[in-house]
Amino acid sequence: MAFARIQLPPSVKRGDAVEVRISIRHPMETGFRVDDDGRTIARNTLKSLTCRYGDREVLRASLGSGIAANPYLRFHITAVASGDLVFEWVDDAGEHGDARAALVVAG
Amino acid sequence: MTPLDVARAAGAAVLGIALAAGAAWAAPRSGIDYAGADVRAIQSDDAQNPGMLWVDRGRALWSDGPRPCASCHGDAASSMKGVAARHPAWSTAARRVVDLEDRINACRVERQQLPAFARESEDLNALTAFVATQSRGMPVAVDVTGLAQPAFERARDFYVARRGQMNLACASCHVDNAGKRLLAETISEGHGNGYPAYRLEWQAVGSLQRRLRACLFGIRASLPPEGADVLTELELYLAWRASGLTVEAPGVRR
Repeated sequence: MAFARIQLPPSVKRGDAVEVRISIRHPMETGFRVDDDGRTIARNTLKSLTCRYGDREVLRASLGSGIAANPYLRFHITAVASGDLVFEWVDDAGEHGDARAALVVAG
Repeated sequence: MTPLDVARAAGAAVLGIALAAGAAWAAPRSGIDYAGADVRAIQSDDAQNPGMLWVDRGRALWSDGPRPCASCHGDAASSMKGVAARHPAWSTAARRVVDLEDRINACRVERQQLPAFARESEDLNALTAFVATQSRGMPVAVDVTGLAQPAFERARDFYVARRGQMNLACASCHVDNAGKRLLAETISEGHGNGYPAYRLEWQAVGSLQRRLRACLFGIRASLPPEGADVLTELELYLAWRASGLTVEAPGVRR
């Protein structure tokens, strides 16, 4: 049930540096915790997160156990043309998630 | 002690009482004003505030199902505006004080003919956060008169009564020692205007009742079950204490 919020500037010019922000609903279980019966809670972090912009992959990350639940990422890309930013992720439990947002490039 | 010393001591005592009374009637300060700059930064930016993930989920639930909330209430931005600011409130149907979670569940059972959400379930917290967000920036203003008054008075007594193994009342920390440190934490005035809030400790959005139970656990008092009248009435008293503070939901707290 992972889902996400993506924040982009409403409109940008070609060549601008664009701030991309995403927060993803995910427990980011470290694998170091135990439940009430003393059993280890299985590690479940986002082992792979990618962002594609047009045909290009602009971000690839592996978030380990050091990142808190509901990770928030912020990075910059260069605006080239209008198109979708497509995020895809896989966690240690094998669950896939994705989210997309349209970037509007003027000029 | 000379007569002058006695007079000075008496004067100091009178001044002390005046200061204490002044402090008790000072305008309430929201919990976010006691938080560090990092927490304030997260709350003030919706793109960073993880509570907005719950609000989004609540927005989806608002129009979900064969008889969604939206089929009666339409656009939540207008129909739900101010609702969180006047809850908890007396419900003539339930004949008790109900909080926003109770109100949503009552609608769900009676109008939508669906099973009630479990207290503290992610769906209930999400829908409550979504509804509460519509009152953002509005001053908390609950009605504690009329039929709600006995409940209000019970909660007021609860607030000042010592309990638990630590023998502390709510007021021992949140009135007498607000602003001071408890180990690494600054004690706030204990207002509920940020709830449902994302607590960094929980790594999730939780209700005010969850927070109240955590406080009772902390002073090693017996824990009323979620949704118990004693907690709902305490929410009413807290809302009255917070009168004039604005709704911050979804707030961010440590």
